[in-house]
Amino acid sequence: MKLFRFSSPATFYPLAGKLIPLFWVLTALALVIGLYWGFFETPDRLGGTNPQKEYYRIIFIHVPAAWMSMWLYLMLAVWSAIGLVFNTRLSFMMAQATAPTGALFTFVALYTGSFWGHPSWGTWWDWDPRLTSELILFFLYVGYLALHSAIDDPRRGDKASALLAIVGLVMLPLIFWSINCPDPNQCAALHQRSGLSQMEGNILFAMLTMTFGLWMYSFAATLTRLRSLILEREGDSAWARELLERER
Amino acid sequence: MWQVFRCILGRDLRLAMRRRTEVLTTLFFFVIVISLFPLGVGTEKQILRILGPGVVWVAALLASMLALERLFAADHEDGTLEQMLMTPQPLSLVVLAKVTAHWLLTGLPLVAMAPLMGMQYHLPDTALVAMILALLLGTPVLSLIGAIGAALTLGLRGGGILLSLLILPLYIPVLVYGSRAVTVSAIDFAETLPYFSLLGAFLLLALVLSPLAAAAALRIATE
Repeated sequence: MKLFRFSSPATFYPLAGKLIPLFWVLTALALVIGLYWGFFETPDRLGGTNPQKEYYRIIFIHVPAAWMSMWLYLMLAVWSAIGLVFNTRLSFMMAQATAPTGALFTFVALYTGSFWGHPSWGTWWDWDPRLTSELILFFLYVGYLALHSAIDDPRRGDKASALLAIVGLVMLPLIFWSINCPDPNQCAALHQRSGLSQMEGNILFAMLTMTFGLWMYSFAATLTRLRSLILEREGDSAWARELLERER
Repeated sequence: MWQVFRCILGRDLRLAMRRRTEVLTTLFFFVIVISLFPLGVGTEKQILRILGPGVVWVAALLASMLALERLFAADHEDGTLEQMLMTPQPLSLVVLAKVTAHWLLTGLPLVAMAPLMGMQYHLPDTALVAMILALLLGTPVLSLIGAIGAALTLGLRGGGILLSLLILPLYIPVLVYGSRAVTVSAIDFAETLPYFSLLGAFLLLALVLSPLAAAAALRIATE
């Protein structure tokens, strides 16, 4: 039963309060190291058949943000599923707290991608499969947030948006696949084929460090938002009153 | 078990026949949207031929989505839905019956009307045949996926706009393959087989999964 001790808002609230500073420190450390490494320890050009100049460095924000946007959607759906199966309030709140950060990263990935696309492809936007997929992911996040905020009853809102998140997760492979392969006989993409093994070591290090930093930021931001959500919903309970009295 | 299916299907069809304007409004929305595009982008044959398949499909998406709002709303308002929730028969079967009725009333007329719309865009005959087939396979998928959204947004303020936000992104696979099938068929009809296979696969998948999801959504919305 130990495992489920923290599934109650009353026990998780103080734990989250202790964890948040830790995650902020990790975020700051990783971002400082990642940005320093990305700017000063990496080559000035991205190799390959079509070399890119200094502007390729936006990769250190763009790729981690895109990764996190997809990872957080998975987490959103996982917490939603856990909530629907076990009917635990905290899981729904966790899902709800994850969504804005995920939507933010999706937007950042699109925005920085646009700035990368202009010098390298000569256009701000192109209907490249990955761009389109990211845009659709953004729409899914927006739909989730909109549905949740449209329902006044928090229990119904939790469950309805959880179901939507799971339906979205089931549909995502189909959507991405249809965007990637509009013609089932052949597939094409504007993005250069890339693999982590082909990347220069320093670039890879900076990129992974930045990813770690943004991941830790997601924890910090989500838990902060979760604490507000707990207080908002459980504000009338005895433990929350007691806690507020003590902090006053 | 199929008795409940037949019963609800018949009831919904009879109800709709008493209020024919609702069925016709959807159909005319479809026609008007399609007829507006040539006025906006110009009437050159070449442009219209390229735009045609996509425009017809997007209009079908919008029309089927507009009609969705009414799928459960009337039954929800007069309390019939709560009675349906209490039947011993599986709720997903009830949902499937309602979706079938909904498709017969809003999807099938679009399929019948589509060739005429294709002619407005100077599409060749093969493309018109492909369009009928693709819409026949694709529009039920739209109704099935849409039912989930309709159940989720049941009785909410501004449900219609919200519904479009939730459901339109999920329509993308049908849109992509449906309109590409029509485009490809104008060049070589034999090449369209993979598209129809995919649309058929989507239909089977939606037939199995979406009544379950929509039933769960209805329970959440009415508990």
